[in-house]
Order: sequence, then structure tokens, then C-alpha cells
Amino acid sequence: MFEKRFNLEVIAPQQVMYEGEVTTVRAPGVVAPFAVLAGHTPFLSLLEVGEIILRDPSPSTPLPEVEGSKPQYMAISGGILEVLRTGVTILVETAEWADEIDVSRAQSAKERAQQRLARQTPEIDVQRAEAALARALNRLRVAQHAGGFG
Amino acid sequence: MATLREIRRRISSVTNIQQITNAMRMVAAARFRRAQEAILAARPYAYKFDILLRHLASQMEMQKHPLLETREIKSVCIIVVTSDRGLCGSFNNNVIRRTISHIEDSYSDAEVNLICVGRKGRDYFVLRHYNIIAEHINIMRHLDYQHAVGIAAHITTLYTEKIVDHVDVVYNNFRSAILQEVLAEQLLPITPQEPEGDALFTEYLYEPTSEEIWKMIVPKHLDTQIWRILLDSNAAEQAARMTAMENATNNAEELIKELTLERNRARQTMITREISEIVGGAEALAEARG
Repeated sequence: MFEKRFNLEVIAPQQVMYEGEVTTVRAPGVVAPFAVLAGHTPFLSLLEVGEIILRDPSPSTPLPEVEGSKPQYMAISGGILEVLRTGVTILVETAEWADEIDVSRAQSAKERAQQRLARQTPEIDVQRAEAALARALNRLRVAQHAGGFG
Repeated sequence: MATLREIRRRISSVTNIQQITNAMRMVAAARFRRAQEAILAARPYAYKFDILLRHLASQMEMQKHPLLETREIKSVCIIVVTSDRGLCGSFNNNVIRRTISHIEDSYSDAEVNLICVGRKGRDYFVLRHYNIIAEHINIMRHLDYQHAVGIAAHITTLYTEKIVDHVDVVYNNFRSAILQEVLAEQLLPITPQEPEGDALFTEYLYEPTSEEIWKMIVPKHLDTQIWRILLDSNAAEQAARMTAMENATNNAEELIKELTLERNRARQTMITREISEIVGGAEALAEARG
């Protein structure tokens, strides 16, 4: 079936990650993960650490990382998603395409966070360590989609 | 008139200066390109965030947030964004002068606290015994989003604990490579404006509630604003330095030309004098013999 397309922008503080059309975008809402299709009602949602999935991307400015009609995966660490009648805008705090993720760095970040959580001393900020762990695990999970195995 | 040797010495020293200014111009040009890319890449985010905040503000009946509350101004905080190093024309002077006039115009009765970003502003205001509550030196070289977050957190605390009632920022806004403008903007309280004639806009569905989104978005908005300001100032600084050094190099070139002319004239005068002395001496000898 021919699916309707809509405009999507994914913008990080330091760069525009994606600008173009998609048929679906999945995002990690703080209440629950959700998908947005064309014609969605105006909507505003906070996003948590997780993955954004773009289906059938066709960027208006070609990005080397985005090719063909394969779904594209992106790891984000929180943000906000806005649906307007004109399209969808996602503002993310940090974002990496699956191919860009530094797996060894995420791995060591994960181990560091786990160590900190394992031997809890009063001066350790548990919340921060848990957030770091969540980010590292998310990167590792999204990185598995690298190389177009989506 | 200066002697030949003095002129020669001046030419060689001006040439040395020219080499230095030219090298600095090239370094500034390289840094400028990077700074320009950074600010241009950061603007979409800051811009979209601003729009989002306005949309949301127009939907909220009661904009209850500690950072939006307006109070009588008894104490203000001004963030002064200058550079760490000099030789960038009137870049720092403009900011400093604007800061002082801003204080005189708007806050003559209030207690003024300064947060200095950049060594030049800090040095100036320390000497004149202004009340400096924080300084951020040498952050421009390796600018990081966390710097903006840190400054935002600081002024948020000052504001919510009612230590200050108003926060402004004075900085150089980057317009283009040849144009920077000094701006004084209000940071706190945040004043969300009405959306710009956005006819398409209608009510949102919220997830979670609009209040929770609002609570998260307002401080983030401050982060992005400060981040943009730091990047703006950095790009403007490099552009200003590039222009200043370009002018210095050109002036040196002109000076060298003038001095060369003077040197040639002095040399010619000396040669003429020597010849006339020789001729005069020869004639005197001839007369004595004859």
C-alpha cells in the first residue's frame, strides 16, 4: 500500500540531523514509545533516552548516512517531539545515527557506570550513574542496527 | 630628517610586525571558519526551541514558572561576554562601553552583579571594583554545551533564590564576517512572546501533561539561548580579529611604502652630497694648482 509521506526535522544543538520526508517515525515517549504517521493530530511529547526510527527516509539534503528505503536508526538521549499540521519536529539533546556510534566508548561508559553502581558509596550520585548507564545501553542497542541490518 | 640608518631600522621592524599581523590574520580566519560553522549549525535548534516555547506559552493559561515571574528590580545580574585575548579591534571595548551605559540607563538604583565571560571584560571590571560574582575565562577556545548549561544553572539559582531579580546579557552578535553588533538582551525573567501569525497552529495533545513539559522546557530554553550567545560571540570575535589584523597588515604595507620612499630620498640626498663634495674638493685642488 502506498503510504503518505510527511516532513520531518531532527535537530540537535550542534547540527541538523535529518531534514526530509518519511512515512513513519517511531520515538521513545516518556509515557510510552509511539509512532507518528502522516495526518497525526498536533501533539507534543517529551522523549526519553531511546531510539528514533525513520521509515522510508528521503532527505531533502542528502546525508551520507541515510540511503535507500531502509529504516534508519538513531540513538538519542532525550528531547521533545512536536507534531504540527505542517510536519514533525524533533529537538534532541544528543543524537547519533546507528553507524556513527562509538561502540567501544559506549562499552567502557557502560562498565564505568556499572562499577559505580555496584559499590555504592555516599558520594556517588546514583541518579547520574543510572542515567549514564541507560545512555550507554541505548547506544549499544542502537549500534546493532549499523550497516543497514535494520 | 631621519638618518638613513634609522629609516632602515624602522622598515625592518615594520616588516616584522606585518609578518606577525598577517600570521594572526590567517589564524583568525581559520578559527573564524570553524566558529561560523558552529553558530550556523546551532541556530536551527535555538530557533525551533524558541518557537516551541512560544507555542506552548500561548496555550498555557497560567504561565506559572519561577523563571517567568517578574519582580521589582532591586538587584540585577549582567553577563558580559568578551574575548580572552586582545588584538581584535573594538570588539571588547564595544561590549564594555555598552555594559556601562546599560547599567547607567536601566539599573542606576539597583545593585549590579557581573558574570564575566572572557578575560578582557573580567580585567576591566575587576580594576574598577565592580561586583563580579563569577568568571569564565578561557572557555572560548574549546567551547562546550556544558559551559552554557553551567552558566544557565548558575543564573537560575540566583534567580529562584531571589538573590537577583533580573538577568541580562551583553554580547557581540554575529551578523556576518564584516558585521558584528553589540546586543543587550534580557535572559530572566523569560518573556515568551505570542506566536508569529501562525494560522496553522491549533491546540496540542500533550504527553505527559502540559505543566510537566513546560517545567522541562523552560530551563532548557535558557541553556540553548546561552549556548547560542556563546557561539555568536565566538564567531564575532574571530571575525573582528580577522578584520583588525587585515587592517593592521594593510597599514603596515602602506607604512613600508612610505618609509621606502623616504629611505630612497635620503640615500639620494647622501649620494648627491658626496658627489658635490668630491666635485667641490677637486675644483679646489685644481684652483690651488692653477
